[in-house]
Amino acid sequence: MASTTNEDASRLPTIDLENLGLDVGGHLLVQHALLNRPPGTRLAVRGRHPALAVHLRAWCRANGHGFDMAGPLPVIVNGSSDESRRHGAERAGSALPGQVVERADRRWGLAARGALVEPGGPALSVDWVDRDLVWADVAPRLYAQAAAGQWDPATAVDWDTRVELPAAVEDAVVQVMTYLVENEQAALVLPARLLSRLHPHFREVMQLLAVQVADEARHMEVFTRRALLNRTELGVSGAGGRTSLQTLLDEPDFTLASFLLSVLGEGSFVDLLRFLHRHAPDSVTADVTRLAARDEARHVAFGVAHTAHAVERDPAFLTRLRTAVERRHAALVDTAGLNQHVFDALVLIAAGSWQPAAIERGWKKVQQLQQAMDEGRRRRLAFIGFPEDEAAALAALHTKNFM
Amino acid sequence: MTTSLVLGAVAYDPKVVTIWDGFRTWFRGQGFAFDYVLYSHYERQVTDLLAGRIDAAWNSPLAWVRSRRLAEARGEQVRAVAMRDTDCDLTSVVVVRADSSLTSPTGLSGRTLATGAVDSPQATLLPLEQLRTAGHLRDVRVLRFDIGTGLHGDHIGGERAAVEALMAGKADAACLSDTNLLTFSREGLMPSGAVRVIAQTDPYDHCNMTAGPSADPAAVEAFTRLLLAMDYADAEVRPLLDLEGLKEWRPGRLQGYTALERAVSTSGFYDERGRVTAADYRP
Repeated sequence: MASTTNEDASRLPTIDLENLGLDVGGHLLVQHALLNRPPGTRLAVRGRHPALAVHLRAWCRANGHGFDMAGPLPVIVNGSSDESRRHGAERAGSALPGQVVERADRRWGLAARGALVEPGGPALSVDWVDRDLVWADVAPRLYAQAAAGQWDPATAVDWDTRVELPAAVEDAVVQVMTYLVENEQAALVLPARLLSRLHPHFREVMQLLAVQVADEARHMEVFTRRALLNRTELGVSGAGGRTSLQTLLDEPDFTLASFLLSVLGEGSFVDLLRFLHRHAPDSVTADVTRLAARDEARHVAFGVAHTAHAVERDPAFLTRLRTAVERRHAALVDTAGLNQHVFDALVLIAAGSWQPAAIERGWKKVQQLQQAMDEGRRRRLAFIGFPEDEAAALAALHTKNFM
Repeated sequence: MTTSLVLGAVAYDPKVVTIWDGFRTWFRGQGFAFDYVLYSHYERQVTDLLAGRIDAAWNSPLAWVRSRRLAEARGEQVRAVAMRDTDCDLTSVVVVRADSSLTSPTGLSGRTLATGAVDSPQATLLPLEQLRTAGHLRDVRVLRFDIGTGLHGDHIGGERAAVEALMAGKADAACLSDTNLLTFSREGLMPSGAVRVIAQTDPYDHCNMTAGPSADPAAVEAFTRLLLAMDYADAEVRPLLDLEGLKEWRPGRLQGYTALERAVSTSGFYDERGRVTAADYRP
């Protein structure tokens, strides 16, 4: 505490609080007056609040300032605690959009990117702090598109349309929807897991994954709602399909999980959803598959861009990607793959009736769908950096369950 | 770790565990074998300090007074080795409602004065002593709020209750620390401008780190040196300093306890040998 005599206060810098008390915000004016003044600076305080001197004494003590109450005006002696508090503070990277550092510091904790981070506080317990293991330059643009492209399940689909299909076709739609919901659940859980382990410095990726989770939540809703439009029960969930999805959830690495889910799985799913939209027997099925396909295409775009980014920075990453595909294939080699009920339902939906000729057409269309899926996977694998022959071989190893 | 020290502290709030656990880790990180024991009230802490069961005590001003008296009565000595910057130069005030006819403590006669707990230096012993010395306590009915007895006023419930009684018209005036005058006004317990200060005590000091008579002097010296070296710029120790309410530790000083020594004797709280003599004090 200052104990020096209160020299002529009129020569000191002085703040006039008028009637304002320190109990109703007067300290803000005092702090403002002390701002950027070196420790030891003396500041006289003028004011008409009856308890001003008592308040100032308590406030100065609590805030590490000295005081001198001996003269006609109370005098504050600026302390050094504000300066000490800022000692060692550093910027958590740049605040400019999309500008990320190579490695985010866990000690930044939950500070906003670009904030001046006071040292101390708990370090973040996150796994992914390296830019090249999570980033894609397209992420900020994709997030903006994702945020702008959100649709309301209640109004984006005309649920009041009358849907009257032959019972078998309706059953087929219910079976496919049952399968879709199961896959969407996996597609929700996986990015949710990834984003909880991601350093928030990579904000646009985190935001994109968060919207992806929200997308999948809506997909689950609309597919369930379509399934129950004319039914009270869902179709069959095959053990092989669930086993296939579990291998996705078991992948602990960010890039590998994103690669398996988005590049290969959701990429194939976009083809499936477009197929269902094209052959939809009713407008509700057409709407829900169209809306979901649009979202899924965005998920694929990030997965492809991120994986390509990782490979560009480290071409040896291709080996890890190849191993991940082979490992998943090996884990699933003895499983049934796509649920037979789902396959048959796709054929019937594409056929539109039980006529033998129609069934043959439907069968061929599902064959074409599988070829299209395979070609899509090859194209994306080649884009990422695999040679053509290797891309073809790896595309063929993808799960028969599509996702 | 060659030197070690066991500190006693009173658990007046759950945060005390966080504070001393944190300090314990910090001291041990400096190679000093520090540990702590928590007490439910100050009286047992003081008797344990004098019995040598702990080496040092984080003492309230009242606990300091008793420690000193007990030690000197036995021909021993305790030392105030450190205190917080926030322990220096406190004052207490007597306030009335803004619309009260009272303008100075001279008019308190025949009125009701609300205070904190019986063992609160800041909200009971010190303001009452100053009023008594000035002759303003005659015919004053003291309405005491014995909340957290044994915690020597660390629990602010007594002060809060005294102010509530004032605002509810159950008392004509109330005693509280300058810190709580500001705090309670900011919280809205007594809105800004709702009370007037009619008296203020002379500055006094609050807690100190008391070294016991049987503590190893080298350990006390090492402990004190480390305490005084704690730097608010150090991000590791700063949260603990914030919790304990200080920006820096300072060397202990005794000049701020004179008024409390007098208040303790006049009110008969402890006798000169440090025995508890207040009849209505049950920690």
